[in-house]
Amino acid sequence: MKQKKNDLLHSLKHLVRGERINDGWTEESPRPRDWESVYRRRWAFDKIVRSTHGVNCTGSCSWRIHVKDGIIAYETQQTDYPSTGDDFPDYEPRGCPRGASFSWYTYSPTRVKYPYVRSDLYALWKEELKQADDPIKAWENIVSDPKKRAQYVSARGKGGFVRGNWKDVCQMIAASTIYTIKKYGPDRIVGFSPIPAMSMVSYSGGTRFLSLIGGTILSFYDWYADLPPASPQVWGDQTDVPESGDWYNTKYFIIWGTNIPQTRTPDAHFMVESRYNGTKVVGVSPDYAEYEKFADMWLPAKAGTDGALAMAMTHVILKEFYVDKETPYFTDYVKQYTDLPYLITLKEHNGNFRSDTFLRASDIGDSQELAEWKTVVWDESTKTFAVPNGSVGFRWDKSNKWNLDLTGENESEINPLLSFLNEKDSEVMVEFPYFSKEQGETVERGVPIKKIKDKDGNELIITTVFDLMLAHTGVNRGLQGDYPSDYNDADRPYTPAWQESITGVNRAHVIQVAREFAENAALTKGKSMIAMGGGTNHWFHSDQIYRSILNLILLTGSQGTNGGGWAHYVGQEKVRPLEGFSQIAFANDWVKAPRFMNGTSFFYFATEQFRYEYNFDEVQTKWGSKYTNMHPADFNAMSARLGWLPSFPQLSQNSLDVMKDARTRNKDDKAVIDDLAKQLADGKLDFAIENPNDPRNFPRVFFNWRSNLLGDSGKGHEYFVRHLIGSKDTVLSDVEQSWQPKDVNITETPPEGKTDLFVSMDFRMTSSGLFSDIVLPAATWYEKQDISTTDLHPFIHPFNAAISPPWETKSDWAAFREIAKQFSELAKEHLPAQEDLVMSPLAHDTVNEIAQPRGKVKDWRKGEVEAIPGKTMPNFNFVKRDYPNVYDMWITVGPNIKNGYGTKGVKIPGDKVYQSLLDRLGKSKQEGVGKGYPSLYSDRQAINAILLMSGATNGKRAVEGWKSLEEKTGKKLAHISEGREDEDFTLDALTIQPRQTISTPVWSGLENDNRRYSPFTVNKEYHIPWHTLTGRQSFYLDHEVMLDYGEALPLYLPPINRGPFVKGEKEIANNGKSITLRYMTPHQKWGIHTMFTESSHMVQLFRGWQVIWMNEEDAAEIGIKDNDWIEVYNRNGAVAARAVVTYRMPRGAIYMHHAQDRTMGVPANTINKNRGGTHNSVTRIYPKATHMIGGYSQLSYGFNYYGPTGSQRDTLAIVRPLKEVDWLEN
Amino acid sequence: MKIKAQVAMVMHLDKCIGCHTCSVTCKNVWTNRPGMEYVWYNNVETRPGPGYPKSWEDTDRYKGGWTLRNGRLHLKAGGPISKLANIFYNPNMAEMDDFYEPWTYDYQNLIKSPRKENIPVARPKSMITGDYIDKPTWGSNWDDDLAGGSEVVPMDPNVQKLQEHIAMEYEKTFMMYLPRICEHCLNPSCVASCPSGALYKRDEDGIVLVDQDACRGWRFCTNGCPYHKVYYNWNTHKAEKCNFCYPRTEAGLPTVCSETCVGRIRYIGVLLYDADKVKEAASVEDPKDLYESQLSVFLDPFDPEVIAKAEEQGINRSWIESAQESPVYKMAMKWKIALPLHPEYRTLPMVWYVPPLSPIMSHITNESQLSAEGYIPAVDDMRIPMQYLASLLSADDTTVIRKVLLKMAAMRVHMRAKTVGGIDDMKKSKLLQEADITIEELEDMARLLGVAKYNERFVIPTGRREMDEDLHYKQGACSIEDLAPPEGMVTYPFERSEGL
Repeated sequence: MKQKKNDLLHSLKHLVRGERINDGWTEESPRPRDWESVYRRRWAFDKIVRSTHGVNCTGSCSWRIHVKDGIIAYETQQTDYPSTGDDFPDYEPRGCPRGASFSWYTYSPTRVKYPYVRSDLYALWKEELKQADDPIKAWENIVSDPKKRAQYVSARGKGGFVRGNWKDVCQMIAASTIYTIKKYGPDRIVGFSPIPAMSMVSYSGGTRFLSLIGGTILSFYDWYADLPPASPQVWGDQTDVPESGDWYNTKYFIIWGTNIPQTRTPDAHFMVESRYNGTKVVGVSPDYAEYEKFADMWLPAKAGTDGALAMAMTHVILKEFYVDKETPYFTDYVKQYTDLPYLITLKEHNGNFRSDTFLRASDIGDSQELAEWKTVVWDESTKTFAVPNGSVGFRWDKSNKWNLDLTGENESEINPLLSFLNEKDSEVMVEFPYFSKEQGETVERGVPIKKIKDKDGNELIITTVFDLMLAHTGVNRGLQGDYPSDYNDADRPYTPAWQESITGVNRAHVIQVAREFAENAALTKGKSMIAMGGGTNHWFHSDQIYRSILNLILLTGSQGTNGGGWAHYVGQEKVRPLEGFSQIAFANDWVKAPRFMNGTSFFYFATEQFRYEYNFDEVQTKWGSKYTNMHPADFNAMSARLGWLPSFPQLSQNSLDVMKDARTRNKDDKAVIDDLAKQLADGKLDFAIENPNDPRNFPRVFFNWRSNLLGDSGKGHEYFVRHLIGSKDTVLSDVEQSWQPKDVNITETPPEGKTDLFVSMDFRMTSSGLFSDIVLPAATWYEKQDISTTDLHPFIHPFNAAISPPWETKSDWAAFREIAKQFSELAKEHLPAQEDLVMSPLAHDTVNEIAQPRGKVKDWRKGEVEAIPGKTMPNFNFVKRDYPNVYDMWITVGPNIKNGYGTKGVKIPGDKVYQSLLDRLGKSKQEGVGKGYPSLYSDRQAINAILLMSGATNGKRAVEGWKSLEEKTGKKLAHISEGREDEDFTLDALTIQPRQTISTPVWSGLENDNRRYSPFTVNKEYHIPWHTLTGRQSFYLDHEVMLDYGEALPLYLPPINRGPFVKGEKEIANNGKSITLRYMTPHQKWGIHTMFTESSHMVQLFRGWQVIWMNEEDAAEIGIKDNDWIEVYNRNGAVAARAVVTYRMPRGAIYMHHAQDRTMGVPANTINKNRGGTHNSVTRIYPKATHMIGGYSQLSYGFNYYGPTGSQRDTLAIVRPLKEVDWLEN
Repeated sequence: MKIKAQVAMVMHLDKCIGCHTCSVTCKNVWTNRPGMEYVWYNNVETRPGPGYPKSWEDTDRYKGGWTLRNGRLHLKAGGPISKLANIFYNPNMAEMDDFYEPWTYDYQNLIKSPRKENIPVARPKSMITGDYIDKPTWGSNWDDDLAGGSEVVPMDPNVQKLQEHIAMEYEKTFMMYLPRICEHCLNPSCVASCPSGALYKRDEDGIVLVDQDACRGWRFCTNGCPYHKVYYNWNTHKAEKCNFCYPRTEAGLPTVCSETCVGRIRYIGVLLYDADKVKEAASVEDPKDLYESQLSVFLDPFDPEVIAKAEEQGINRSWIESAQESPVYKMAMKWKIALPLHPEYRTLPMVWYVPPLSPIMSHITNESQLSAEGYIPAVDDMRIPMQYLASLLSADDTTVIRKVLLKMAAMRVHMRAKTVGGIDDMKKSKLLQEADITIEELEDMARLLGVAKYNERFVIPTGRREMDEDLHYKQGACSIEDLAPPEGMVTYPFERSEGL
C-alpha cells in the first residue's frame, strides 16, 4: 500500500538517475508524474450544452458549450452532424475563430447586465410621472414640450446612462407607444431586427408585438444590399443557393467576389477538398484575397468591373458553344428552361429599332384566359406560334397547366425555335444601349426578324431573345452592323480585348476560363458553379453585374443541377421552417396584413438622405431616358403611390382616425375602400412619403434588437445621427448644393432628432446602445433557447441555455412579452380596440402580380388611369386592433391557423395542425381572449410551434405542401417527401443530434436520399415553373422602366465615380498630402458585423480597432507608413483609423472592413473634432429606380425579396494622415 | 532496437484556410488566464512573414536547437557550463516586444461614462502596465494576410535568405499559412536546455511536457527550443507549453486544435520508431540529408519483426494497430508528402507539413504554357517559390518539394480524369511517371485528403492506464484523492502485464 506523498522525497526524485538508451543520449526517468493531473483537471467539466451563435453570418454552427464549476468555460465544435454519405466529406466540425471566442461575452466588461436609461430622460420621466400620475400624460408632457424633448435628445450618444428596472422601463416604453398610436397612428412605431434565420424566436418576439399593434417592421436583406435583385429578376425568387456541401459536387468552381475562407469559414473545406477530387478553381478578386490561395488561376479584375469580365465570357461562350458549333446539351436546356426562345417585339426608334416587350398570346388573337400574361415562342416543327405552359398567366388562370412541359394546346409537342437566322423575313438594325463610358451611347447591330400581323392587322416585327442576345453581346453571324471583328477587337463590346482595358485581366485568361467553364458544363451536364457575394453584389448596379455573371450559368445549363449554378453567399435569408415562422413572427394567427416596410426607402427618408442627393448632369444621353432624371425620392413616392413599394408611415393622417371617419360614412367594406381611394385621389389624404418633413410622419418610437443599426448597417451613418437621433454628427455635405425632389414636400431645413424614443436590446454596449434612450439587457446565445437555420447547410440548430440568464438579462422573447404585458395593461384604460387601415403593395406570388399589364407605368394622379386599390394603387386592408388584448394574443396561437396558412403560394390545411399545437404546446390558462388556445408563453413553445407548422421540419406539412402545388401544376409531387412523412422535429430532438431538413415546395431544392441541396432542382426535374413572367429563367426584362434604363438585357455598367464632394460644395481645407480612393467595406476576418470585434482574442489576433487596408504605394504617396493614423472623409462624413499597408491590395482602393464599430480605440477626426466615425460614416444610400418597380410578375414587391438595396461600394473618399490623436477626454 | 510510440500530427497546409480557429479554441482551454495573455500554444502565421515571436527562425539570434560540431550534437545556445555562466542573464531570449505587449480596452467606459460632450470610447490599455496606450504596435498575428507588406515581410528570415526569388509586388503576390504548435520532437533541445530537468518526453506517447512542480523558471527552454514553443508564465514564474492535449489524447480524443480545425487540415496518428537511432539520425553531416535520416528512424508497423519486438517491449496490440492505421504514417512515410518543419534544427520534429499548392503566376501569358494538363496547372509555374517551401520544409532541397507537389498535382489530374474525363491520357501517364506514384496510391491519397472522415483523420488509442497500480483505488478516488487517502485500504490483487 502506497504511503501518502512526501513532498520532500518527491522533489528529490529527479536526482535519481534513470536508464540510459540511444547510445547514452537519452535517459528514461522513473520520476513520478503526479503533477500532470493539473491539466487533466482543466479539461474536466460539469456538462456540455448544445448551442449556436445567433449572428448574421450564415454559419449556424453547432457548438459544445462546456460548463465548469457553474461557469461557461470554453466552447468547441460539435462533430455529430449526420453523415453526408460514405464517399463524401462530412460537415464536422463547423465553426470559426469568431464563434470560438464568443464565451468571452458572458462575463465581459462590455456586458449589459441591467436596464439602462439616459439620465436626462429618466429624471424627466420620474418627475412627470409624479406630477401627472398617468404614464401616457407624463410622456406627452415630455415630448410635446420642445425644451424638455431637446434636453434628452441632445444628450444622446454622450454617455450618462443610469440603471433602471424592467418594470419602470417597460412602462415608459408602453406609455410612449400608446401615446404615439393615439396621436399619430400605430405605423410610427418602428422596429428593426435583421435575419430571423439566425435566431427566429428572438426575432419573432418583437415582430409579433409590432404586428399585433400595427407597427412598422423594417426589412433588412435588401437594406443590407445582400439581396441580389438579379435573383427575383431572373428567377422570381428571393435567393436560393446550394448548401456548401454541394461545392464538393462541382467540377469547375469560379469564386467571384465572395471570400469563402474568410467569411464562410466553417464550410470552406468543401471547396478545398473538391480540388482533390479533380475540380478546377478560379478566383476573381481585385486584391489577392484569401480564396486566391486555393485558386488555380487568379483573375485580378479591378473593383466593380466584374460585369465587363462576365460579358466578355458571355461573348466567348455564345460564340464557341452556340454559333461556331452547337452544343446539344446547352441548346436543349435553354429551350426548355430559359426565355431565350421567347419572342420579343421591336419598335421603331429614329429610323432604327429597339427591342420592346414580350409578344403575348393576346397579341396574336389567342383568346384563352389571361392571354395578356402568356408569352409566345415560334414552333420550329409547325412553323407557327405556340404558347407553352408555365407563364404567369397559367399560374392564375386555374387551368392546372402552370408547368414547364413544352406542350401546347391538345398536348402537342412544341419545339421552340431559338433563332430566326435561317427563317428570317429580313434583317433590321437594332440599337443596343452601351454605357461603359460616362455617357449613354448606342451600338447598332443587325438582327434577323419576322414580320407578322397582330390581332388588329397591324404589322409587328418580332425576333427572339436569343437573336437579341447574340447581337447585343457582339457575336456576329454574317449580319450587318457594328459587330467586332474578332476577340482582339478592343473597341467594340463585348470582346475579351474590350474587357481587358476595363478590368485589367489578360484576354487570354478570359478566353481560357470561359471556354473551360463551358466545356466542363458540357462534359458534366452542368457541374459548373460560380460563387458570388458582397464583392460583386454590393454595388449600385449589382443587378446588372449579377445578371451578366448568371449568363454564364444559364447558357451552360448549369442551374438546377447538383454541383452547378450560382452560389450567392452574402447575408442570411433562409428561414427553413418558413411557413410556421411567418405565422408566429407576424401574428398571422390573429391578424392579417402586417406593415412590412422596405428598409432602404424607410431610412432614405427617415434620415433625410434624399435631401443630400447628387445632382445628375441633366444632359440627355444618346440612349435617352425618362426615368433616370427623376429624383430617387420622387420615383420612390411614385412607386408607393402606384402600389409597387410599401410606404410606412403610410398617410400623414392617423390611420385609426381615417378608418373611424370612413366608417361614419359607410358600413360596407367595398364602399369604404372606394371612399378611401377617392379621398386619396382627391388629395384629401396625404401619403406620408410625400411629406417626410411633416412632424406627424416621424418615426416616433424605434425598437432596435438583435442588431447594431447605428454602428453597423446604417449606411449614411452621420445622417442617421443628425436626423434620426439628433446627436453630434459629421455630415459634411450641403443641402443647398444638393439635388432636391419635385413631388416630395420639404421644409427649408431638414428636421433633426426625429425619433422620440430609441430602444435597444443587447448583451453588449455598441454604438446603437450608446445612442439609445433605453438599453435593455439581453440574454446571450448561451443563455436562452431558440433555433437557427442557414442556406449553407441543411440542419436546424437549437440554442440552449448553458446557464440561466444572469444578472437582470432576459431572452428577447421574454423581454417583448414583458413589454406586451405592460402595453396591454395601460391600453385597457387608454387605448380601446378599433379598426386600422393598412395599405400594402401589390405582392409577388399573389394574384396582384398580374395587376399592371405589360409593365406600363400609369399614374392615377396624372389621370393616366383610374385609382383602383389592388390594381393601380396599393391594396387596402382593414384590421381590427384589439389593443387591450395584445398580451393575451401574443402568448397564444390564434384561431386563424384553422383556416389554413402558407407562403409563396404554398397552402397547408390548418385544422389538424391546430389540434397538434394544442397537444404539443398545451392550452393557455390565462384568462382572456386566448384562454384555451395553444400556449405560446415560453421560448420553447414558440420553437416547437414553428417546427410543427413547417414542411422542412415536419414531414406531414411537407407532404401537404406538395399536394397544394399539385393542384396548380397538374404534376405528381407529393411522393417527393412521402418517405419522410412521419418525421417530426422538436427542440429536444434537435438538441440530441442535428437533423437534415425535409424537402418542401417552399424551397426549390431536392433533399431526399441524402442529396445535397441545390436550388431549382425541383424546377428542372419536376417541371415546376420559376415565378417569372415566362415561367422560365429570364434573360430579358420588359418592364417599361427596364426598357427605359436600357437594362432589358444584361450589360456592363461601370461603378459610379462620383467625387468625394459635389460641385459648389464647400470642401474641407487640405494643406498636407491627400489621395482620393475607392472606398469599400468587405466583410472582415475578426468579427461578423460588429460582433466579436470586441472580444479579447479577436482584438489581439490582429491589430485592435479600427483599421483600414491600403496599397503601400498609395500610402507612400501621402507619407503613410504601416500602423499610422489616418482619416478618411467625403461629403457624407469622416472616420479616423489606423492604416494597414500592404502590396496585396491593388492601387486605387481601400478596404475598411465592415463593421468594426467606433466603440474601441477611435479618436477624434480633425475636421470637426467629433469622434469617429464608423465604416458607414463616409457612405450613403443610393436607391436605384429599377429596384422600385412593381405590380408586374417577378418584379413585384416581397418583404426582403425585391426593392432598392442599400448599396455602398460606389464611394470615393479622401485619405490623409491624421496628424494629432485627440481622445476627447474633456 | 528500442521501440517507442509517438503520437504525431500532420498539418496539410494546402487545406489551411488561415482562420485561426485552432488558436482560439486552444487558448480558451489552456492559456486564457493571467500570466499567459501573450501565449498562443497554437498560432497561425501568414507566410512570407516574420511569425510569432518575431523572426523566430533567426537561429543566429535566438540560438535555438542543435548544431553539429566535429560530428557531435551540441546545443546551439551552449552546454551546461555556459548555461551556468549565464543563469541570471540569458542574452538570447526573446523579449516582450518580440512576442507583443498584450492589450485590452477600457470597455467599462462605454456603460459608465458620465454625461459628456462626445460619444464615449473604450481606449486601448496595456495588459502589462495597466496604462493607456495610443495604439498597439505589434501582435501575435500582426502581419495577417501580408498586413504590413514590404515593411514587415522582409523580417522573415527565409525571405532574407531568398531575396532573389521573392518579389513583394501586387502582381506577384503569394501567401500561405503556417499553423504551429510544439513539435514534440524526438530529439528535443528544450529538454536538454533545462538546468532543472523539468522538461521531459513522455515514455508512452512522446508528448513533451514541463513539470510544473520541478520548473524553476530559468527560461533556457524558451529559446533552447528553435521553434520558440515554450513560454514563460510571468504569473507563476514557470515555463508552460503545448501539452498535445494529453488529457484528451489519453481518452482517445484528438487535440483541441485538431478537432476544432474547420479546414480539417490536421491528422493525428501513432508512429513507431527506434529510440536507439535518434542520436545518429540527428547527427548526419549535410542538413539536406536530415529529412531522409529522420525517416529512417521510423519502423514499419506491418513488419512482423517490428510487431514482435514492440509487443515484447510492452507496446500492446491496439497501439500497434493504430500505428498501422496511422494517417501520419501514410502521409509522412508511405507517400512522403508530409515533411518536417526545419529539419536542419536537428530536433527531429514530430509535426509534419504537407506543402501547399498555389495559383499559377498569371503573368504567364502564353496559352500553351498555361495548361500542361488542361485544367490543372503545372507545379513549376506556381506562385509560392519552391525555394521558399524548401527553406521551411526540406533544408533548402527543392527536389523534395517538387516531388510532393507533383504527387498532389497528379492526384488532382487523375481524379479529374476519373470524374470528368477530357484529359489527355498520354500527358497524364507522363505526369504519373514523373511524380513516381501509382494510381492506387493517388486514390488513397484523394480519399484521405479529400473525404477525410473523422475516424480516418484521427486514429488515437486510449492511454495505457492499465499499466498503473491501484486502479481499483483510483476508480473511486480519482480527483478527490485528498478526501480519500489510500492508507489502510484493502485492495484486490492486481497483476501487471508481462514484461514489466
